[in-house]
Amino acid sequence: MSKTPLLEIEDLCARVADKEIVKDFSLTINEGEVHAIMGPNGAGKSTLSYVLCGKPGYEVTSGSVRFKGKDLLSMSVEERAREGLFLIMQYPVEIQGVPVTTFLKHAVNAVRKHQNLPELDTMEFIKTVREEGKKLGITPDMLKRPINVGFSGGEKKRLETLQLAILKPSLAILDEADSGLDIDALKVVAEGINAERNEHNALLVITHYQRLLNYIEPDYVHIYADGHIVKSGDKNLAIELEKNGYAAFVKEQ
Amino acid sequence: MDNKQQTPEILDESGDKYKYGFTTDIASETISKGLSEDIIRQISLKKGEPDWLLEFRLQAYRYWQQMKEPTWAKLSYDKIDYQDLYYYSAPKQKVAPKSLAEVDPKLLSTYEKLGIPLKEQEVLAGVVAVDAVFDSVSVATTYRAKLAEKGIIFCSISEAVREHPDLVKQYLGSVVPYTDNFFACLNSAVFTDGSFVYIPRGVKCPMELSTYFRINAQNTGQFERTLIVADEESYVSYLEGCTAPQRDENQLHAAIVEIVVLKNAEVKYSTVQNWYPGDKNGKGGVYNFVTKRAACRGENSKISWTQVETGSAVTWKYPSCILQGDNSVGEFYSVALTNNYQQADTGTKMIHIGKNTTSKIISKGISAGHSDQTYRGLVRVSPNADNARNYSQCDSLLIGKNCGSHTVPYIENRNKSAILEHEATTSKISDEQLFYCQQRGLDEETAVSLIVNGFCKEVMQHLPLEFAIEAAKLINISLEGSVG
Repeated sequence: MSKTPLLEIEDLCARVADKEIVKDFSLTINEGEVHAIMGPNGAGKSTLSYVLCGKPGYEVTSGSVRFKGKDLLSMSVEERAREGLFLIMQYPVEIQGVPVTTFLKHAVNAVRKHQNLPELDTMEFIKTVREEGKKLGITPDMLKRPINVGFSGGEKKRLETLQLAILKPSLAILDEADSGLDIDALKVVAEGINAERNEHNALLVITHYQRLLNYIEPDYVHIYADGHIVKSGDKNLAIELEKNGYAAFVKEQ
Repeated sequence: MDNKQQTPEILDESGDKYKYGFTTDIASETISKGLSEDIIRQISLKKGEPDWLLEFRLQAYRYWQQMKEPTWAKLSYDKIDYQDLYYYSAPKQKVAPKSLAEVDPKLLSTYEKLGIPLKEQEVLAGVVAVDAVFDSVSVATTYRAKLAEKGIIFCSISEAVREHPDLVKQYLGSVVPYTDNFFACLNSAVFTDGSFVYIPRGVKCPMELSTYFRINAQNTGQFERTLIVADEESYVSYLEGCTAPQRDENQLHAAIVEIVVLKNAEVKYSTVQNWYPGDKNGKGGVYNFVTKRAACRGENSKISWTQVETGSAVTWKYPSCILQGDNSVGEFYSVALTNNYQQADTGTKMIHIGKNTTSKIISKGISAGHSDQTYRGLVRVSPNADNARNYSQCDSLLIGKNCGSHTVPYIENRNKSAILEHEATTSKISDEQLFYCQQRGLDEETAVSLIVNGFCKEVMQHLPLEFAIEAAKLINISLEGSVG
């Protein structure tokens, strides 16, 4: 049985402030797959995730991206999100005065409205959030606090994971999800993400350490340098990379 | 002079979202334009006032003629021609209404449109007693019998002058003397109505008291005057709401609120000010020059001002606390939102006179569009005010590139034991915050409203619940068109 493609990137070129960062990048992610993109610092890995999510200031100059068969690049940031694209951010921003639960409720209902589903009942919603939160070590008290305000790096990543668990996107991009995490927090976050995996969704893990891949096991590992994939392989590529460093692959250019 | 107002509804014509912009076609009785001793005598005569009140008005008028309109505020507006205004306009009633059944149904339907639970049966279902001031005259005060049982007086100030002259005479002008400032002086000369509240000793008012102000007639200044007296050990929570029709010319509103708080008493005063702000190009709108002041005269007395200011083309307003009694407490919680070409110069004054007095100022200013906003506040500690304490926090949020925000705090301390803290921040809604919200599926407008409401939360939580919900909606409406 052939696999159903979720994300199809073809010859994508993009720039930030007139600097070409993504160059002829191509990648297809099918349902049920986990892809890891690894590359040295400053290779533009985060740029790739922002381009896919449509962040203002990131300009696509050529190429195409299809998400569930639809033209992703013509969609607004929020449309991409509502279609099921989710970015676990490296540095989630703080919003004063907006409790986690309130924020999540707005997000869930925006997605549901897009899918022509009725708004969630508030009591039901709070119950679900608390249950999911508990699995990630997020207390009801934390849910009442303004989103990301005064949370530690680990807590912020757990909140990102909670949102993933509630919004249930088709494709989640993890942008350096392990930065700022100690090993215990990393395990909790990875377990949270793994629990959401099924045969219809997919993960794109962007990282420069192999460490995270011990907990979220990739089907494919791609080495990213100079704006595109220079080598692809299975999870052993990541181990090799950890041993020999990026230099060997970048030199191949 | 009879004067039938016939302005068609002009809602949404200019793409504005001011839902209170309708006018009511109702016969009104006005005194001819302009201001003179003669006009003031006519107003007083129409209202059947005692001589002492006429004398008070005339003294104020004579004093006002010597005064100059203040120019220190950071506001610019066309010069007001005080001779080109009507100073008295009242919905025409043959006989004073004895119950709501006798009030003009058109007037009641206006209030219904405004969402005021004026009808007796609706009021009975709620917990709010309402006094509604239409143009200059108080139209109906609901729920009075129930309040009277507790000895609470809640009526129009005109009625209070007739029925409780000693109380009015004792307190009127005692917190805001007519010499206070230009606009207060003008109000003292020409005020036509407003609300009066007296809470007797030891009584906790069992419900929120509410006044609703509405300017309807054209070219009419509204000069209402509110006087609240909380006797020893008493408590009252008072709400004030305001709207006006959408008109191309500017309307003048110069009100006074005086509050007297005696020993161990507490007054909570909440305002949602939504006078017509003008259209998106800055045409029309209400000029709002208001003097609000509370005197905490007794020990342990407390006043708390909470205001949500979204309306008016020009706002000049500094609800103040005179902390005379030892251990008295003053609080000021404010959200001011300006959009398009609105201007607001607003803040508070905390005057510490008694010992161990404390005050708190939380001001949240949101500027969008081409609007300009200034927080202006004074904290003064007198030589005898030992151990005075003030905490001030002024936060400004800017939306877009064309608005302005200014903070002008004045601190005058004459006592070494005072502890005064002032914090101020200015921020913009960042692109990162917007992207974060949008990445979770929120559109830009929802994201901005969420961020703004989060910014105001500390103030909004001091509003009574129903009022807070209304205020949050109002903020969202006022923000429309501010992004993109």
